[in-house]
Amino acid sequence: MNVNYIFSLIVVLALFLLAYVGVEAAGLQWLFGVVIPYAAVLIFIGGFISRILSWARSPVPFRIPTVGGQGRSLPWIKPNPIDSPSSSGSVVVRMLLEILLFRSLFRNTRADLVEGDKLAYRLEKWLWLFSLLFHYSFLVVFLRHFRFFLDPVPGCVQLLETLDGFLRIEFVNDAIQVGLPGFYISGLVLLAAATFLLLRRMFSAQVKYISLSSDYFPLFLIMGIAFTGIIMRYFLKTDIVAAKALVMGLVSFHPVFDPALTKSVSGVFYGHLFFVCVLLIYFPFSKLMHLGGIFLSPTRNLPNDTRMNRHVNTWNYPVEVHTYEEYEDEYREKMIEAGLPVEKE
Amino acid sequence: MQNKGKIITGLVIFIALFTFPFIYRMGKAAPAPDVVLTPKALAAKQCVRSTDYMTAEHMQLLDIWREKVVREGQRLYVTTDGRAFNMSLSNTCLDCHSNKAEFCDRCHDYASVKPYCWECHIDNPKGEKQ
Amino acid sequence: MSDELITADEMLTQIDHKPPGKGWMDTPVNIRKGMYCYASNPKSVEYLGLPNARPWNPMEDDWKLPDNWQEIVHNAFKDRLERFRSFKVFMDICVRCGACADKCHFFLGTGDPKNMPVLRAELLRSVYRNDFTKLGKIMGKLNGARPLTIDVLKEWWYYLYQCTECRRCSLFCPYGIDTAEITIMGREIMNLLGLNIDWIATPIANCYRTGNHLGIQPHAFKDMIDFFVEDIEEVTGLALEPSFNQKDADILFITPSGDVFADPGTYSCMGYLMLFHYLKEKYGLKVTWSTYASEGGNFGFFTSHEMMKRLNSKMYAEARRLGVKWILGGECGHMWRVIHQYMDTMNGPADFLEEPVNPITGTKFENACNTKMVHISEFTADLIKHGKLDLDPSRNDHLSVTFHDSCNPSRGMGMLDEPRYVIQNVCKNFHDMPANTIREQTFCCGSGSGLNAGENMEQRMAGGLPRANAVKHVHEKYGVNMLSCVCAVDRAALPALMEYFVPEVEVCGVTELVANALILPGEKERETDLRMEPLPGREEES
Repeated sequence: MNVNYIFSLIVVLALFLLAYVGVEAAGLQWLFGVVIPYAAVLIFIGGFISRILSWARSPVPFRIPTVGGQGRSLPWIKPNPIDSPSSSGSVVVRMLLEILLFRSLFRNTRADLVEGDKLAYRLEKWLWLFSLLFHYSFLVVFLRHFRFFLDPVPGCVQLLETLDGFLRIEFVNDAIQVGLPGFYISGLVLLAAATFLLLRRMFSAQVKYISLSSDYFPLFLIMGIAFTGIIMRYFLKTDIVAAKALVMGLVSFHPVFDPALTKSVSGVFYGHLFFVCVLLIYFPFSKLMHLGGIFLSPTRNLPNDTRMNRHVNTWNYPVEVHTYEEYEDEYREKMIEAGLPVEKE
Repeated sequence: MQNKGKIITGLVIFIALFTFPFIYRMGKAAPAPDVVLTPKALAAKQCVRSTDYMTAEHMQLLDIWREKVVREGQRLYVTTDGRAFNMSLSNTCLDCHSNKAEFCDRCHDYASVKPYCWECHIDNPKGEKQ
Repeated sequence: MSDELITADEMLTQIDHKPPGKGWMDTPVNIRKGMYCYASNPKSVEYLGLPNARPWNPMEDDWKLPDNWQEIVHNAFKDRLERFRSFKVFMDICVRCGACADKCHFFLGTGDPKNMPVLRAELLRSVYRNDFTKLGKIMGKLNGARPLTIDVLKEWWYYLYQCTECRRCSLFCPYGIDTAEITIMGREIMNLLGLNIDWIATPIANCYRTGNHLGIQPHAFKDMIDFFVEDIEEVTGLALEPSFNQKDADILFITPSGDVFADPGTYSCMGYLMLFHYLKEKYGLKVTWSTYASEGGNFGFFTSHEMMKRLNSKMYAEARRLGVKWILGGECGHMWRVIHQYMDTMNGPADFLEEPVNPITGTKFENACNTKMVHISEFTADLIKHGKLDLDPSRNDHLSVTFHDSCNPSRGMGMLDEPRYVIQNVCKNFHDMPANTIREQTFCCGSGSGLNAGENMEQRMAGGLPRANAVKHVHEKYGVNMLSCVCAVDRAALPALMEYFVPEVEVCGVTELVANALILPGEKERETDLRMEPLPGREEES
């Protein structure tokens, strides 16, 4: 039993119940469907901007890239422009590979003592693979949801839906019906990848040891978002036209309070929406800001060229030094005796 | 602030992308479409199941109907209140809801749903002029 | 080596990489003998004008801190968050994915979970969350926040001096979080409370006063070099005349003083002298040594950015005084990170120097055109490439060589192929260690960043374990008997590590290998190498 994940799990379950009971029992559709979503978006945007600006306000006094390959040197030595970028173009490539493909994580190895006394390193790609799956499926799920945020729905969103739904799984008998509405790969991949990341945290001894409740909480929350979404699409279906009408009310600044609409969507929908709002509110104050932080990481976004191009430290200040004159004053006689040249005889 | 230009540009792009749905509508309302019921559908009052069920789950019902008809050769559907129907999209559903454009399409377009019913079924089996 | 030290086999068998069940915040620090360096001599601290100079002992309860130490730490923390974007971003964005965990040589060698880079950083982050974030203030321990207590401070001290700032973790971190950066800040903050170690503080005080870490005064420095000159005469029959503090020289040469002082660095130092003699005789190149700037290394880097700048200033100051064209730097690890990533920013622009050109080959060192300081391996590789050195690689035939990439020249600079090119041109038997242990993924010697003391031998051996393990592999597989490197700390640290884990392997600098192979004009037939050991197959001929 680990207080960190139990706590996070309980909080996430409680959040769902709060929204569910809030609308089903207390009729607080206006709160969970309008007020909280607006507040969440505002807090997200404001929080995100202020966090980025708080980083940006701190200067970058030194150019300290972590070099991952042969640097630019003599003309006949082949440099590695991606891992040791010496131009801004190369830095852009390095950053794109880092952000889009998690290049550093791809390097990951696992060290083990084998035969008692040999340290062996083997490739360990699972973390990279599932992180990539997690982030990309989340992105697809998010973009796919633009069919609820936009009217008319643009062709690119429809194309994405088609691609995401290209696996047609259909299965019908008296007990189970699968296949209509069409199955989206991204949702299941998101849930599966998040589950992998969670299990890794819970059962890999080293990762478990370093994990905080603030590591479990967003995972449970995102799994909650995926789970309620999947439930609503395939099992406890809700009136999605009404759901879209509510969302469009928000994005067009004509919030819907009409009970005919707000009550025709299920409590699960409000739970789903509330999860998303909590994620947005939590985001700027948490480690999830790695989304923005990666762009500002000085070990990745700077070229390895400080001997070639000057880097200025904006707060560089004069320091106390021991000058040559002071040095010679102390040792002049000994220097002369040893035949070392001096400034003042 | 060091790298001010790049950071502000990045932030503006990010916020613009994130708030794109708000910008896209420019404050113009986009309410749910009105679904038109034909006189025949209105007269029938009740579909094969409750309206709530039909709104959310009609695709599931159609899927089961197809399975029953095509795979199992059954055609008879009996509702909970004892009414009997021929399980047929063309002959039963479209009998009442003969106005696909105002009934089916409006919601499907709004929610960006592309049912593949019409890949096989013609949408106007009676050939009525609309 | 200390008598109490466990054996290499014992060390290997007792490593357990599985952390305990009890959480790290609930596990108090246990400062263990052999795993830390002695506290600094107050005289050194005082000489440098650093705060809270007093005798203290990490094993005692009372660390004799100033009364307002918590306030000092809080303010210093805040100040550094505002001055270093790296520190601020790295405090915020770690997701604790654990990719760095088994990348640290200290974690691999000790199994102590607080040596996982992520936890080392969390030691500071936990206080950061408590002091500087809203969520941390509200949620407390649940969000990984804790107030700064004396026990937390002791934990900082213990574990920040178990990091060699090698940056291997940073390479694997998906956000590039650099534990070195966190250790640097942590040590800076602790220095404000007078929490330093003597192996760093006293060398700095020496360097500030005499120009080098070892405190060698100018006349003694010349004496020591003269001693090498005698040795070289014995090996080659030639009497060299090195120049010191010479004003009409072309190039100022600066290398770590450790090479002047202790074997096997001394052989590299002899190598430099022979190379410069060769270039003077053959091509008329005038290279001078400085007694004022007689230290390439910079232990100030392990104290604070300010101290690094104070020590580093001597390089440009001396180059300006002597009026040389540019500066050549010897083999050293952290020295080269300072030169490559910090020097020009701190003490530049070096507009009084010329853009470095090798007058013998005509090569412009474009990669150093701003800082105007060239690495000896870049310089030598260029000379060899243009056929400007007469070499007899067979003099190194008795050696089977591997190369240890030092952390800083690889991950702080990207100098990977130059030394390999040089080695492969001066000796025939070269075998690299496994790919996961060299080049940008290289492992630290375990003694970097000022941890090369004698009292922390267990820590050093544990930290060097992954490196030694890889050397052992090539020793067993290819019969490697010489571990070459381009770092003075390596040359001081690796012999002890080899003696402990792979006693059959010796340690040398790359320039020692060059000098062994270099045919000096007019030299006698060599019968020994620079170590005065007979060259196999040559004794009988003479």
